[in-house]
Formats: sequence, structure tokens, C-alpha cells
Amino acid sequence: MLASMRILADLPLFPVAASEQAGSIDALYWFITAISILMTVIIFLGLGIFAWKYHNKRHPHATQIEGSTKLELTWSILPFLIMLIMFGWGADLYYKAQTPPKDAMEIFVTGKQWMWKIQYPDGTREINALHVPVGQPVKLTMASEDVIHSFSIPAFRVRHDVMPGHYNTLWFTATKPGHYHLFCTEYCGDQHAGMIGWVDVLEPREYANWASGGASQGSLAEQGQKLFEQNGCATCHLLDQQGRCPILRGLYNKPVQLADGRTVIADDAYIRESILDPNAKIVAGFQPNVMPNFKGQISEENVIQLIAYIKSLSPSTPASQQGSQQPPVVIAPKAGAAAKPGGAAQH
Amino acid sequence: MATLAQRSPEVEAEEVNYLNVEHGWKSWLLTTDHKRIAVLYIISITLMFFVGGLMAVLFRINLLVPEGLFSAETYNRLFSMHGIIMVFFFLVPSIPATLANFLIPIMVGAKDLAFPRINLLSWYLYIAGALLAIYAVVRGGVDTGWTFYAPFSTTYSNSYVLAAAFGVFTAGFSSILTGLNFIVTVHKMRAPGMTWSRLPLFVWSNYATGLIQVLGTPVLAITLLLLAFERIAHVGIFDPNIGGDPILFQHLFWFYSHPAVYIMILPGMGVISEIVSCFSRKRIFGYNFVAFSSMAIAVLSFVVWGHHMFITGESMYTGLAFSILSFMVAVPSAIKVFNWTATMYKGSVSFDTPMLYAFGFIGLFTIGGLTGLHLATLGTDIATHGTYFVVAHFHYVMVGGMVMAFMGGMHFWWPKITGRMYPEAWSKFAALIVFIGFNLTFFPQFILGYLGMPRRYHAYPPEFQALNVLSSAGASILGIGYVIPMVYFIWSLKNGPRAGKNPWGAAGLEWQIQSPPTTFNFDETPVVTEEAYNYGPLEEIVG
Amino acid sequence: MAETVVPAGTEPAVEEVHLRHHFATPAQQMDAATLGMWTFLITEVLFFGGMFASYAVYRNMYLDAFASTSQYMNVVLGGTNTAVLICSSLTMVLAVRAAQLSNRRHLILFLILTMIFGVAFLVIKGFEYHAKWVEGLVPGLHWSGYTEHPEFAYHAQILFFLYFCMTGMHALHMVVGIGLLTFLLVQAYRRVFNANYFAPVEMIGLYWHFVDIVWIFLFPLLYLIGHRR
Repeated sequence: MLASMRILADLPLFPVAASEQAGSIDALYWFITAISILMTVIIFLGLGIFAWKYHNKRHPHATQIEGSTKLELTWSILPFLIMLIMFGWGADLYYKAQTPPKDAMEIFVTGKQWMWKIQYPDGTREINALHVPVGQPVKLTMASEDVIHSFSIPAFRVRHDVMPGHYNTLWFTATKPGHYHLFCTEYCGDQHAGMIGWVDVLEPREYANWASGGASQGSLAEQGQKLFEQNGCATCHLLDQQGRCPILRGLYNKPVQLADGRTVIADDAYIRESILDPNAKIVAGFQPNVMPNFKGQISEENVIQLIAYIKSLSPSTPASQQGSQQPPVVIAPKAGAAAKPGGAAQH
Repeated sequence: MATLAQRSPEVEAEEVNYLNVEHGWKSWLLTTDHKRIAVLYIISITLMFFVGGLMAVLFRINLLVPEGLFSAETYNRLFSMHGIIMVFFFLVPSIPATLANFLIPIMVGAKDLAFPRINLLSWYLYIAGALLAIYAVVRGGVDTGWTFYAPFSTTYSNSYVLAAAFGVFTAGFSSILTGLNFIVTVHKMRAPGMTWSRLPLFVWSNYATGLIQVLGTPVLAITLLLLAFERIAHVGIFDPNIGGDPILFQHLFWFYSHPAVYIMILPGMGVISEIVSCFSRKRIFGYNFVAFSSMAIAVLSFVVWGHHMFITGESMYTGLAFSILSFMVAVPSAIKVFNWTATMYKGSVSFDTPMLYAFGFIGLFTIGGLTGLHLATLGTDIATHGTYFVVAHFHYVMVGGMVMAFMGGMHFWWPKITGRMYPEAWSKFAALIVFIGFNLTFFPQFILGYLGMPRRYHAYPPEFQALNVLSSAGASILGIGYVIPMVYFIWSLKNGPRAGKNPWGAAGLEWQIQSPPTTFNFDETPVVTEEAYNYGPLEEIVG
Repeated sequence: MAETVVPAGTEPAVEEVHLRHHFATPAQQMDAATLGMWTFLITEVLFFGGMFASYAVYRNMYLDAFASTSQYMNVVLGGTNTAVLICSSLTMVLAVRAAQLSNRRHLILFLILTMIFGVAFLVIKGFEYHAKWVEGLVPGLHWSGYTEHPEFAYHAQILFFLYFCMTGMHALHMVVGIGLLTFLLVQAYRRVFNANYFAPVEMIGLYWHFVDIVWIFLFPLLYLIGHRR
């Protein structure tokens, strides 16, 4: 008995709010909930009062009423106007959730049946654990090795599906040091309920301490460089002169002219695709079928390392400073190579 | 209607009716009588309801302790088959294939549906689909969830996905044929004088349902077929490793499955319109608005599917469009709730069992509908998506709404279907139990959901235990609440007092013919001269 | 259609209307059947619609890969099949006309012609499928890897899958249609149809035209777009 009383006393009713987002989403949540309660009360009062007052004992003869267009319009339009407020408010939060601040710290997440693999820019790796500093915007770039997962931290009120074949991002700014749940919220197979972990929010100094403890294998970019060499990428992607393949220095986040006339930004998604399926987008002036497919050959984690390496080749242009007005980088082959590109590519 | 015959139960003792006109299994399995097919459907969907319900009981038991009592594998199969059976083999056919099948021809003054043999075919397709689903269960079940999301279902699941998918595929055609039959019947089989503005609202809502069934279900069929090809031959259509797009599967799936929730709720709304007006002894408030809100729901239901995918990475603008459209579909639902409430104003209300279920429906559907706003709002969907909040929301609509309406409708028309009354006290008691059990089961899940507990977890962090135990306790009460009516309904078949033509003193053509009706419903085609819900004082009708 | 004018004085007196018990008038029965058939055809449109939607999505995603597949499509055979189907639609509508005029001999003749066209379509389609098999263009079963354009290997596979899915589903509808025509032929032989009762001929005619129209969309989408640019 006493035990059950204690359970009831500890009954959690509302989640802790530990991020900047949490406060604003909670505010909207309570606004909608308040409106919902108000509407529920109105309906229940209406049902109750009418059922009591016009019970057949007290009111044996019904008065026939056709209806009232005025009333109908009132209770159609008024709720809709209130819902427009919800819509606008919600859309604003959704927009903010999709636009990470430019100075956000980047962490990489790979979902795999049934674990979350976390990679930090300094090369530290964790499984089912995420450490973030308080007060610092953090952007997660997420990939899946297999099925659809969904990365969720209830205390931060953030969640995003992790679709195989795509990069998905979410961001948050933690506000309260602590130890919070991390869940997968898209059913992903047998041990779906085991795909959970902890998020630790640390004070900046503690975070610095924690961060200095890891990284024995070098930074993410260094790991990427190692892979770049191991896989023989460097034989064609020469760093400073035109080889059979585009130069990668200075590429990251710059517009690239494609063979079919389009221009795309060389962001994470583009580089990922170009590694796994090089023929999907061919840079203008180059031939298809030169580079082997790496799909199934290297893991999403390795792709993240390679991207970090390629990113490190353009140190002066962090993501924040990319401008759309910049002209496309000229990475087309030199005149000599362009003269017989087929020959260069096929042999 | 003024010229109703007086009720005289004892004289009607051995009249010929659709139940006793023929005997033997052949007369049932080869029947084309819409009433007999409705009875076949009632039996079959009730069986499926209890199979699906048993699974729910089992996984609620599993969730009593944080680490889960069963293995993850078992739990996943239980919730998946619960979803598949309840959605495709109970909720979708529940009211259309049973009550509407029985009542629509009578309500429009026809001898049968437009295509009686197709009606029978639809029952056989349902049975074939149900057998395939049962086969999947017996062989070991499916663990994909009822949503069959690719690439899990196509590449990673080791369970009997194909059998279940073909079961759903087959049952889908059953649903299409039912909808097609209703559309044609409502258009072409109405008795003289039965104009569109005189149609009972139950017919309107099932007509709207028919439109959704006919337009939505084929898309589900082709989607499942593509899924099956992908699973068998790995052709890449939904496989991200070969350039396929799993989000396309979700688009195609929800293009049907969102409208499908309106297949599940619209007929229930029709039942409530009938019950509220009968037990308020008053014409429905704002007939035109209630009728057209059904059509508005049917149309809008096709353009809101994207709200299931707000956090898949769909574009900002897609999200905005689907969010605002989802709010729009809430308006006609709100119109209905307001109109039912207003119908009671200055009525003469009585609390017979069907009316209790109607109260339950309006209350629970209101809560279910309003919590839908949290999910339609982009910002709060981020925090609630994929959690128990969603589970609670749709159970409030589907179980609190549709199952309440189904029970209400069964209690309302049981005297017409069987010619017998059920025990009043027991039925009121059961209605109360269902209401209490339901709220105890699902209200804690709203709290669990916002706390962050994800759906489809066989084990959970210990701080969620108290609410889960509460929910499981409620489920056992709810289960009892559903078993009691089963018992007294079966008891009433032999022992219930004879009901007579019109035990409720209700308006509507179905109450002017004998209970149970004869095979062709009417001795001669009725001529309708009055609007639906032309309620006078009770004494004039029942006497 | 109920409004169909029945020409007076063709074969009088003996013509049966086959009115089923639950209809009040033959006109009501005909109306119901027609609306039912059209409703069914709408479900068919949405059934194929799922595949057309997938086609549109992937074509948009992998334009070049999709365009490259056109060169493997045999436009001559496809074009012949288009002509065959259009002819079959003509003979089908003539069969309906013959039924409405109570002209049993013409009805049987045109039904047989329609069936011959239908079978011809399937045979030609079979040759096309065979060629695809030989070339290793059948995803999942016999896929050689699309060696001439390895850069499109993955994405062309999706197109070829959709090709087989769409044309296969269409061919399945043709097979069902031929089955239905066989049924009509037997009924026609037994003198069931006449100017007062020809609903089945007209309904199956509608179905047949629908199946033809699907092909009219499939042919350009699969064969003509991007063909040998």
C-alpha cells in the first residue's frame, strides 16, 4: 500500500525541459491543450446541461428546431481562426527546428540496428551516448545504415527520422546540465526498444575535460585522410593538380557545375552521394564510370570521416560563410585533359 | 411517420422473416440477401475483433514491468498483428459491412443492394483475406507494424510479411466492393420520394465512406503489391541501396491510410446522428451541415496524408501545406460534434443504452479530435510524433469513437436485426464499464507520450511503469466491458423479449417494417413523403 | 445506358429483359450497372495511378537513367500493339452496337475479332518480354547489370521494374478481358442478348476500352519519351 502511494507520488506527469526548444514547444503545447480543455468543457457542459434539463421526465415534448446557419458558421469559422493561430505558431517552430544556427557545433550520428553511433569532430566515438555542452547550439547530422530510425531526445523536444540513403539533421541548444533519455522512435525491428541511450549535458568546463579524454585515433578529418589513402582515392583525386577526377581542395560547400547543366552545392549530402554512387552526378568535363561505386563497400561512419577530410581541405570556408553569389568553382580539367576525356577515363 | 402500425409483439410470434425463411448452411453461404450477408459479417468481424483484442491484452500484460514479460520478438508480433487485424479486419469493415449492409437498402427503401452477388463476393474476399492474416499469425506472425514501412518490411524483417500483406490486399478488394455497392445503391435504388435531402444521415455518412473506399483502397492495393515484389525480387523500388525511395512508400501508404481513418470513423458518425436524434425525439440540428460535413471530410481526407511525415525530412512547404489542410479537415468534424450537442437542446432526452454509447462517442471523439490538433501543429508534432501520445490520440478516435459507435449501433438496431431485446440493465452496466475501462487505458498514454515514451517498445525505462500499469489495468476492465455484451447478445437470441417493429419509437423506414425484416424488406416499394427525423411525441408512435 | 434508343421492329416479342428481382425497372437495372462499372473503372484508375505516381517520382529523380532505357524498348512492336488495341476497341464498340441491334451474327463476329486482337496483343507483348529476358533486363530475375550504361545500372533497374509492373498489370487486365469476352461469346451464342438486354456487353465493353486507354498512356511514357535522342 505504502509502496503504491510512493509510486503515485513519484508519478511523472510532465517531462523536464532541458533545451531552448523545449520551452517554446511546451508553450505551444499548453496553448493547444488549454484550447482543447476549453472546447471539451464546452461540449461536456452542453451535453450535461441539455441531458439534464431536457430529460424526458422534465421535458416530455421536444420542440422541433431546423437548425441555424448563423450558429453553424460561427462554430465552423471561429474554431478555424483559433486553429490558424496554432498553425502559424507551429509553423514558426518547425521552421526554427529546420534551420540550425551557423555557429552550431557539428556531431555525427549513425543509426544501425540497434544502436546509435556518435562521432565527434575531434575523432571521439561513442555508442548510445551523446555528450554536449550546455548553452552551445549543436547540430546533428544523421545517417542510417539499414532501416528507418528516428532520433529523439524527449527532454529537448527534438526528434527527426533518420532515413537510409539521406542525411537528416536536427539541432538543439541544451540549457540544463543533466542525464537525459535518447530514444529511437521509429520502429526498426526486434531490439527497437533497446536502441536507446543517454544524453549528458555538461557545463562547458566539464565538457572540455571530457572532450580532452578521447580522440586517440586523431580527429575525424585525420581518420578520413587515412581512409582516403587506404582506398586509393588519392591516385585520381590529386590534391593540387588536375587528375582524372575533380580536385577536392576548396570544394566543400561551393557550387559545382554538372555535366547535365545543373549547378549543385557540394554539401554533405552531395559528397556522400558522390562517394557511394559516383555516377549519380557527373561534374562538367568529366566522364562517368571512372570511379568505382563505394555503396556497400564503406560504412556510413567512414563516409562521415571522408566528408570531414574533404571539408578540412577547405578550411577557410566554414558552412556559415558560403554565399550563393559565388561563381562555380572551376574544377574542370585543363585543356589538354579535356581534349580527349574519353581516353583519359577509359584506360 | 403517421401511419405506423401498432406494436403487438405476441401476434408477430412466428412471422416469416429473413432469418427463418430458409435453413441450412447453404442458405447462408450462398445467400445474396444483404441482411444475411450483414449477419455473416457481424460474426466474422466479431471473431477478428476478439483475436485482435486478445493480442492487445497480451501485450498490455507484457508492459506491466519495465523490462517486459515476453521477448521482444513476441511483443513486436503481437502489436503488429493487433494493428493489422484491428485496422483492416475490424475497423474498416466494422460498420459499413455490418450495420450499413443491413440498413442502407432498407433506409433508402430498396429490396437489396444494387449488386447482391458482388456483396456476397466481398464477404468471401474478406474471409480469404482474414484467413491469410490468420495464417500469418499461426506461422509466427508479422513484426512490421501495421504500416509495413520499407525498407524494414522489404529487406530486414524475417516474419510472414507476404501472407499478411496479401491478406490486407484481398480484404482491400472486399472493402472496395462494399463501397461500390453503397455508392450505386444510394444513387440508383432510392424509393420514390426519397430525395437526397431526405436521406438518413447514416446513409450520407456511408455514402461518403464508400467514396473513400473506392478511391483510396486501390492505391493501398498497388502499394502492397509493389512492396511484395520488392520483398520477393529486390528490384529497388523502395530500397534506398539501389536508389529506391522509402519515403515514396510512405506517401503511397498514407494516401490510402489517412483517408482510411475516415473510412473507420465516418460510418460511426452516421450511427451517432441516428441515435442522438432518436433519443432526443427531435430532428437533427442542421441536417444539411451534418450531411455535407461528411462529404467535406471525404474530400479533405485525401489531401492530409503528409501530416504523418512531418519529421521524415519532407520540405518545409510540404509540411506547411499538409498542416493547414489537416486543420481544415478538423472543421467538419467539429461541426458534427456541435450539431449533435445542439440536437439535444429542447429535445426530450432519454438514456437508453444506445444513447449512453452516443454520449461516450461524443465525449471521447471530442478528446480524440482535439488531441489531433497537437499532431497537426508542426511544432508540437516534433515532440509527440512516434510516441504514446499518437497511440492515445488514435485510440480515442478509433476505439473511443468507432467502437463506441459500433456498440451503440448494435444496441440500437439489434431488435431490428434479431427481433429480440437485450437485458437493459446489463447493457447499461456494460456501457459504463467500457467507458471507464477505455479512459483508464488510454488517458495515461497521453501523459506517457508527452513524457517521451516511444510507441512499439517492448521494454521501457522504469519511471514509465506506474502509468503503464494503470493503462494495463484499464485494458483488463475494457476487455470485460466488451465480453459482457457478447454474452447477453447471444443470450438474447433465444431468451430476449420480442422487440416488435419499433421499440424505440424511431423515425426512419427501417422501423416501419417488421423485426426481423422479410427477405425483400418491403411488401411493396414505399413512397416517401416526409423528411428524415420527423419526430413527433413518443406516445403517437409506440402507443 | 438506359436512354439508349432501341430501334423499333428488329426482333420483336421474344426479347427477354432479364430483370433481377430487386430492381423496379430495366432502366434502373441498366443505370445501376453502368454507374457500378464506371465506379469500378475509377478504382482501376487509382490502382494504376499508384504505379504512374511512382513512375513520375523516379523519372523526376533519375531523368537520364530513365531516358537511357527507351533505347531498349521496341517501338515497332509497341506501336503495332497500340494499333492492334485501337482496332480491338473499334471491334468491341461494333459488338456493343450489334448487341443493341439484336444482331446476333455480328455480335459473335465482332466479339471473336476483339478476342483475336486481344490475343495478338498478348503474343506481341510476349515477344517483347522474351527479348527483355534475353537481354538480361528483367530486374530481380535476370538482370545483367545494364552493361552498356553501367552508370545507370541502379536506376534503370527501377524503370525496368516499373515497366514490367505496369505492362504486366495491363496484360493481366487483358487476360481477364479476354476471359470476359469468352463469357460474352457463350452468352451470345445462347441468344441471351438482345435490344432489351445487352448490359453485360456494354459493361465489358467499357472495361475493354479502359484497358486500351491505359495502354495509350503506357506507350508514350515507356517507349517514346527519350527514345534515341
